[in-house]
Amino acid sequence: MNNRKLLLENIDIQGIESFDIYRKNGGYRSVEKALKKMSPQEIVEEVKISGLRGRGGAGFPTGMKWSFLAKPEGVPRYLVCNADESEPGTFKDRYLMEKLPHLLIEGMITSSYALGANLSFIYIRGEFMYILHILEKAIAEAKANGFLGKNILGSGYDLELRVVPGGGAYICGEETALLESLEGKRGNPRIKPPFPAVKGLWGCPTVVNNVESIAAVVPIVNDGGAAYAQIGIGKSTGTKLISACGNLARPGVYEIEMGMTVEEFIYGDDYCRGIANGKKLKACIPGGSSVPILPHFLVCKTAAGEDRLMSYESLSDGGFASGSMLGSGGFIVFDEDQCIVRNTYNFARFYAHESCGQCSPCREGTGWMEKVLHRLENGHGNMRDIDLLEEINKKIEGNTICPLGDAAAWPVAAAIRHFRAEFEWHVTHPEEAQKRNFGLIQQMVTA
Amino acid sequence: MKRDTTALSSAEKISFSPEMILEFDEIVKQFPDGKEKSAIIRILHIVQTEFAWLSPSAMHAVADYLKIEAIEVYEVATFYTMFHVNPVGTHVFEVCRTGPCMLLGSDDIISYIEDKLKIKVGETTTDGAFTLKTAECLGACGYGPVLQCKYKFHEHLTKEKVDLLIDAYRNGIVEN
Ligand SMILES: Cc1cc2nc3c(=O)[nH]c(=O)nc-3n(C[C@H](O)[C@H](O)[C@H](O)COP(=O)(O)O)c2cc1C
Ligand code: SF4
Ligand code: FES
Repeated sequence: MNNRKLLLENIDIQGIESFDIYRKNGGYRSVEKALKKMSPQEIVEEVKISGLRGRGGAGFPTGMKWSFLAKPEGVPRYLVCNADESEPGTFKDRYLMEKLPHLLIEGMITSSYALGANLSFIYIRGEFMYILHILEKAIAEAKANGFLGKNILGSGYDLELRVVPGGGAYICGEETALLESLEGKRGNPRIKPPFPAVKGLWGCPTVVNNVESIAAVVPIVNDGGAAYAQIGIGKSTGTKLISACGNLARPGVYEIEMGMTVEEFIYGDDYCRGIANGKKLKACIPGGSSVPILPHFLVCKTAAGEDRLMSYESLSDGGFASGSMLGSGGFIVFDEDQCIVRNTYNFARFYAHESCGQCSPCREGTGWMEKVLHRLENGHGNMRDIDLLEEINKKIEGNTICPLGDAAAWPVAAAIRHFRAEFEWHVTHPEEAQKRNFGLIQQMVTA
Repeated sequence: MKRDTTALSSAEKISFSPEMILEFDEIVKQFPDGKEKSAIIRILHIVQTEFAWLSPSAMHAVADYLKIEAIEVYEVATFYTMFHVNPVGTHVFEVCRTGPCMLLGSDDIISYIEDKLKIKVGETTTDGAFTLKTAECLGACGYGPVLQCKYKFHEHLTKEKVDLLIDAYRNGIVEN
């Protein structure tokens, strides 16, 4: 498959992180085109035509989100870039920002113009403090060259860009928690509605978009939304950054055209080159820790026996029964030696730790799941516990302020759905389970 | 959150240098009038870098600077895991323990560091040089196991690498 790159094409050029080299390689063309030749509305239209879907996890169409932005007279509007990158398995935004800071800045300028924002923010997780400095340097360079500040390129459009760090909290990736944090508070998600498009930062209309979504606006404006929509497959247009990790021979960040087969992505020479140390694939979580896990026989093929593709539709084919989600593109691969119970426990512990505690189903439920899974993992569980987990799940699902509750519940449900025999084996063989791995046996039986 | 009350009472009164105040002023200026509170997280990062941890006295000083209530600073400092609200050693190792890093052996790395420094997670070595903590996903999952010290990432950890790292920090040859 021919694989075009729209975002990372120039990433290996020496010095591409500097304004001059970035500009020499065609950088900031989208700003020139937008400010000199296009109205904000025309840009929104191009983004709609492109079919771009939010790259932060939910996959909501970006053009549509932009067109929902309220525009009351005399009230500022804000664009906030979500660079929190906190979903376990995801490390693509860090790569893009570190190597191509100007691509994000360029996307921010073009997008801010389209939305009519004169002050925009990049909220970045505090652990990435070194990238905050890289971005601030890029912003200063862009400003010195007339691409930021007052009257950009003589167009009459003014824009300032700020980078604001978080302090270590997964929940601040959720857009309303992010806004709370940006306002200098604890990251407690807000009740929606009102949505940020109506009441966001400091009560003003706000668009929150992921780093990759904003970067994708650059090729969309340069080449037109229709050209972008040509790439990919069906409603999964364009390219996607996938951060591949776990037991892979060559983990890393790859830009792929949507529609590539999962098999090529895992085993292809240009991509992950298979499972590390010649081992076998046991399972895969294709879209970050919040999406359902797939057992090996559902990774490269769907339940109907078709090739599984790297796209929103194909990865979710089969719904929760036999599918998963593209999510944030955090592609986590497990080899045959990994224990699913242990991993499920690990993520349950993660969500219990990261729950902000505002709603009881999430606060109590995640803690409860952690305890039950700890029991099962350590050989003190009983069969009732497995059903208990399913009950807790149902009580969390859909009953919380923000999607963290679901994000915690779904992966546990999926693990039990596909690996129930492994959970039961932990109950029936508590001592053995401490010493050896259940391996692929169960899957061989059920496949 | 359990608070170390001995630290509370022994915390000396601190004040910020003129250079720090200038730095804070620059940050505050980035926000619209009346929205100065947005500067708080970045200011807390700077204060922690300067004083190693956020003592109650440091938090009060931040509140005074931002003209907000001390409780508002407490709320923020205790919510975000990067902030240390109890004393820590000179070098704080925060080792990622989330799924993807676990698949690559982070549990072994954590126990190795515990054995090597003769402390448990959450503790500080008797000489005050190292504190060991665990962290949740640091956004570097493809390069695990990973630890962060100050704002520096140390990736693809092995036992040998951990040995070298500890020596390097002991001898002050890792810059932050
Ligand atoms: C618990 C939780 C964590 C999230 N973390 C992130 C994140 O780290 N980065 C991100 O871009 N979106 C994250 N999101 C999604 C955001 O809420 C939001 O949908 C996204 O930033 C919108 O941008 P997009 O439309 O460009 O994808 C998270 C959502 C939830 C519920
Ligand atoms: S679902 Fe969990 S994280 Fe989200 S608001 Fe409720 S308690 Fe907080
Ligand atoms: S799981 Fe360790 S950095 Fe993501």
